[in-house]
Amino acid sequence: MTASVNLDHALILAAALFTLGLLGVLARRNIIFILLSIEVMLNAAGLAFVVAGAKWGETDGQVMFIFILAMAAAEVSVGLALMLRMYHMLKTLDADAAGSMKG
Amino acid sequence: MLEFLWLIPALPFAGSLVLAFAGRRLSRGGIAAFGVGSVGLSCITAFAVAAGFIGQAPPGHFYVQRLWAWLSVGGFTPEISLYLDALSLVMMLVVTFVGFLIHLYSSEFMIEEEGYGRFFAYMNLFVGSMLTLVLADNLLLLYLGWEGVGLCSYLLIGFWYKDPANGLAARKAFVVTRVGDTAMSIGLFLLFTNLGTLQIQELMRLATERWAVGSGLAVAAAALLLGGALGKSAQLPLQTWLPDAMAGPSPVSALIHAATMVTAGVYLIARTHVIFSLAPVVQEAVAVIGALTLLLAGFSALTQTDIKRVLAYSTISQIGYMFLALGVGAWSAAIFHFMTHAFFKALLFLGAGIVINALHDEHNMFKMGGLRSQVPVTFWTFLVGASSLSALPFVTAGFYSKDLILFETWASPAGSRWLWAAGLLGAFLTSLYTFRMVFVTFYGDAKMQVSRKPGAIMTVPVVILAVLSVLAGFLELPSSLGNVRIITSFLGSALPSETVSPGAAGAGTALMIVASAVSLAGIFAAYLLFFKKNLAADRLAGFVPGRMLHRLWFSGWGFDWLYDLLFVRPFFWFARSNKDDFSDLVYLGMIWLTGRFNNMLSVSQNGKVRFYAAGIAFGAVVVIAIAVFL
Repeated sequence: MTASVNLDHALILAAALFTLGLLGVLARRNIIFILLSIEVMLNAAGLAFVVAGAKWGETDGQVMFIFILAMAAAEVSVGLALMLRMYHMLKTLDADAAGSMKG
Repeated sequence: MLEFLWLIPALPFAGSLVLAFAGRRLSRGGIAAFGVGSVGLSCITAFAVAAGFIGQAPPGHFYVQRLWAWLSVGGFTPEISLYLDALSLVMMLVVTFVGFLIHLYSSEFMIEEEGYGRFFAYMNLFVGSMLTLVLADNLLLLYLGWEGVGLCSYLLIGFWYKDPANGLAARKAFVVTRVGDTAMSIGLFLLFTNLGTLQIQELMRLATERWAVGSGLAVAAAALLLGGALGKSAQLPLQTWLPDAMAGPSPVSALIHAATMVTAGVYLIARTHVIFSLAPVVQEAVAVIGALTLLLAGFSALTQTDIKRVLAYSTISQIGYMFLALGVGAWSAAIFHFMTHAFFKALLFLGAGIVINALHDEHNMFKMGGLRSQVPVTFWTFLVGASSLSALPFVTAGFYSKDLILFETWASPAGSRWLWAAGLLGAFLTSLYTFRMVFVTFYGDAKMQVSRKPGAIMTVPVVILAVLSVLAGFLELPSSLGNVRIITSFLGSALPSETVSPGAAGAGTALMIVASAVSLAGIFAAYLLFFKKNLAADRLAGFVPGRMLHRLWFSGWGFDWLYDLLFVRPFFWFARSNKDDFSDLVYLGMIWLTGRFNNMLSVSQNGKVRFYAAGIAFGAVVVIAIAVFL
């Protein structure tokens, strides 16, 4: 590995991605976009792990990323299933419409 | 015979129990048989015991009957035991005998009343409590009787409970006497903690041994006992309940407010005279309070229009005389006056009851008049009672007892000319207001028709009391008139004899002439003002100062108004402002705070997933910020 990536740059990129994802979660009302934004946030976290693992020359970062990937797959499948149920019940994908479930 | 002593209080209690539980199932005749019979038997027993006591006096001139141990707590072992000596014997005889006559009278007087059985149950309980009071061997048992008497007075004053005014009068009597009772119970605590017993004779012995004359503890104990006596005997400043207590039926007034209950204070002071002798300051206060009360009540009685209120104020005034006598150390004179007063005041109340009954419950004297020929027996007996109350010289019992008090007030080292003058002025007022009542009620033109004449059962007790109101005086004659000393020598075994300062003994005849003249002058003034009407009292009351004085006296010197202003109103104000229990505000505040907190948190539970996400993000930022910067 000759051309190593600068750690700071990589972490700033991860933080930027994470913030974008968070803003997406907060600002979007469409539940599909919210799920997408969550994926972005997860990947930002994964990027931070990989970069940190590369920095210290350890494999832990990459192992962690695989965990996150598996977790994200599970999360998306549950999330999509919920989304379908919600669409069945409310005939909309607006996340705020689910506020009628509060109690 | 003495071992039957316990029957005397027990019989009225038993009668009261029977009437309380079976009164509804008994006929009126049965109720009267139990109610009157129990007190009658008690009276017969009392006379038998008295005969035994006088015939063969027990050693030491007292007899103690131990019934059972009441309780035993930490060295405090009061017993239910009865103590009979000359003092309690006289009290017991008067209470049972006058009580019996009043019961007999009530059996006809109350015959049309709804609560006939209830009435006699209360009356019997009352007599039983009073007998417990006078026969008690220790102050705790005395206090039990004391409170029982207070309870019964409440029940009987409010006997016609359907009229709220009567309930109010009953509550007033209860609350005002309670003020005195509280002082008395504190006095009992003081005596017990310092002397370790409440047994009266033991207490007297220990008090003389341990306390010096005028020592602080003796003064405090005497003052607290005096507080109790003031409340029960309706003396200044706790006299306000008695005039209102006339809301009860007339026999109740006769029993409670003339013959027995109000004299409990006199008895208490005579019973604990040793403590009062150890506190000369308090004893002087007793005399001064008595003198003031007899004057204030005398002036108030002058202006009343309700015949029973005149008698009520006159009761306060006559008990003032007894307090005056106690205050100057004339113990036997006070008890003698108690006895004669019981006879003639019960007579006057019963007579007034007949008059009121005959005129459709009319209480206002000025609407009566001319009753002399319509109810002649009542008139003559009432006249005898009134003469006795005004101390008509030489032929009435009231004259001899009042004269003895006035003489002792003059002659005793503890007395003074001022107290004597107050007593003399009181005597003038007494005969003035008494004969005002007689002239207004029985003379003049008849304004109402008599609807109901008294039967034999009501007449007989009145006649007996009238005879006693004359004859009782001859038990005790001053030295210039035969020198009979039956009462004082008999009481001498229980109460210390009067001391007469040298030089004053010879003044007896002169004092008696002055007192007779004053009494006759009062009657003559009443004759001029209310019979001849040539110097109409109305015109006197017409001037501005006269009218103001009249209003002041009519309201009993404005004590009700004063107490209303000082105690009742502030208390009501406090109760109203504390209607919501402002001490609860702390807890109510906690509830309010929890509610607000709950509202705040439930707002955050809005179901918006993005809001939750923002919450998580904000929380994460805060946690990271803490982790990084702290």
